[in-house]
Amino acid sequence: MQNYSVFSLARNALSNHQNWRQAWRSPPLKKHYDVLIIGAGGHGLATAYYLAKNHGIQNVAVLEKGWLGGGNIARNTVTIRSNYMRDESIPFYVKSLELYEKLSQELNYNLMYSKRGMIDVVQTYPKLRELKRRMLAMHLHGSTYEPIGVSELRRRISPLTGGDLESRLPIIGGMVHTDAAVCRHDAVAWGYARGADDRGVEIHQNTGVQKLLRGSDGSITGVVTDRGKITANKVALSVSGHTTTVAETIGLRLPLRTFNLTAFVSEPLKPLIDVIVNCPDLGVYLSQSDKGELVIGGAPDSGQSFRRDIKQNVFEESVRSMLELFPSFKRVKLLRQWGGALDIAHDATPIISKTDIPGLFVSAGWWGGFKAIPAGGLTLAHLIANNEQHPLSEPFSLKRFDHLDFVLEPATTAH
Amino acid sequence: MLVIHCPFCGPRNESEFINGGPAREKRADNPNAYADADWIDYLIEAPNPLGPVTEKWWHVMGCSMWFSIQRNTLTHEILDYANKTHD
Ligand SMILES: Cc1cc2nc3c(=O)[nH]c(=O)nc-3n(C[C@H](O)[C@H](O)[C@H](O)COP(=O)(O)OP(=O)(O)OC[C@H]3O[C@@H](n4cnc5c(N)ncnc54)[C@H](O)[C@@H]3O)c2cc1C
Ligand SMILES: [Zn+2]
Repeated sequence: MQNYSVFSLARNALSNHQNWRQAWRSPPLKKHYDVLIIGAGGHGLATAYYLAKNHGIQNVAVLEKGWLGGGNIARNTVTIRSNYMRDESIPFYVKSLELYEKLSQELNYNLMYSKRGMIDVVQTYPKLRELKRRMLAMHLHGSTYEPIGVSELRRRISPLTGGDLESRLPIIGGMVHTDAAVCRHDAVAWGYARGADDRGVEIHQNTGVQKLLRGSDGSITGVVTDRGKITANKVALSVSGHTTTVAETIGLRLPLRTFNLTAFVSEPLKPLIDVIVNCPDLGVYLSQSDKGELVIGGAPDSGQSFRRDIKQNVFEESVRSMLELFPSFKRVKLLRQWGGALDIAHDATPIISKTDIPGLFVSAGWWGGFKAIPAGGLTLAHLIANNEQHPLSEPFSLKRFDHLDFVLEPATTAH
Repeated sequence: MLVIHCPFCGPRNESEFINGGPAREKRADNPNAYADADWIDYLIEAPNPLGPVTEKWWHVMGCSMWFSIQRNTLTHEILDYANKTHD
């Protein structure tokens, strides 16, 4: 792998940047691999990387229907946080943040990681109670969450001028999550892809999987793709919103439903907000990118949807909510809007699991799964390599449904 | 925004309705008659087709009726105003 450093930058400047090597290869497709990973999003690529790095399994191919990193990893609002509610979830996300913090060095790829913290703006007492309960659970697992008063909240978020005592929902307090961060989403896909490729993993773009195949003993034997049949000993499914569509081809039913989540950005503004602002009572959250754009996200479309655009009513709802608290943003122009199709499990907790089909693994239900990419890849690779759960992902097994042991994870708006 | 035909009120904006999820089989009168696996399956699995789904809507800002329609989850086209009402 060509190392990226200030020296390689200087050296390549001398040759007008004509001699940079490609970050990953495009090798010919083989007929057989030890492990096939379906979906070159964050989770698929991270899994391939850790399979090769931690477990020495290198005869691996990642199959991608479109282009690498063109799914939800390209579409999310990059909030990285660990303020979850359940004892089963928090340690997993704490680990993911820990991995993220060192990921630029680990991958030799600048992720522009910015640990800027998140502030929840609270406007109802039930929400305040819920977040304080969350705080107590988080403190047990080493995550950070602290209450702040209204004046401190307004001092730290200067354009927050709405929500006074006269308003429909006055602001009553806030919570600060100092561990929260943002980073460049594409770089996560590209960094893991480059690292995996360097360790022997093959990435095949424009290779959509049409069908999963099983043998006479019931176990997985391979897949049928747009480019023909490929056999494998193990197959992992990490296709985000399309999990049920692919699982159906082998008769596997999973407790997942697919929804459309959306975001939009404003024109670039001068530096204005230096934290992630989450407004759980209104269902809107925002942060300011390095380019100065406000990155704004809201609630999902209510019905099932595989679309990747945004509906006008969902958009208007988010804007209206934002303007209640940030009335001065009324004159800001919006530049782009988009959506993505995500699946969510019956109990809203992700699934990292074996399935009823020996050799078939699934990583799904990633509703707010950008933050979970490092830990998701680490634990899925462990499961594929050892056929046993990593302790951190044990609670995310499909087994929990056998006894209706749900891990009910309530949402905060920021994904 | 969808325009949903309420069987009672006619075509109305989606914002007047609340989505009630995909319609499922009727709940068994006697769950004890199910095998455990089938009962769990009934509780947690819901149709998630990339294509037409039959789903329930509640006209909460109108006549309060529950009814189901068939809608394509990719195009959002409403294929059938099944007009099957629910209690
Ligand atoms: C608007 C929006 C905002 C979000 N905000 C946040 C946030 O702030 N924080 C956070 O943590 N998460 C957020 N998320 C969620 C996050 O983006 C996803 O949970 C995460 O990206 C999903 O994992 P992934 O990266 O592996 O998925 P993807 O990048 O979607 O990867 C799945 C890949 O599988 C491929 N694929 C599908 N079907 C097939 C097939 N049959 N054969 C081969 N390949 C196939 C797809 O093309 C895709 O590239 C947001 C999502 C959206 C849409
Ligand atoms: Zn009506």
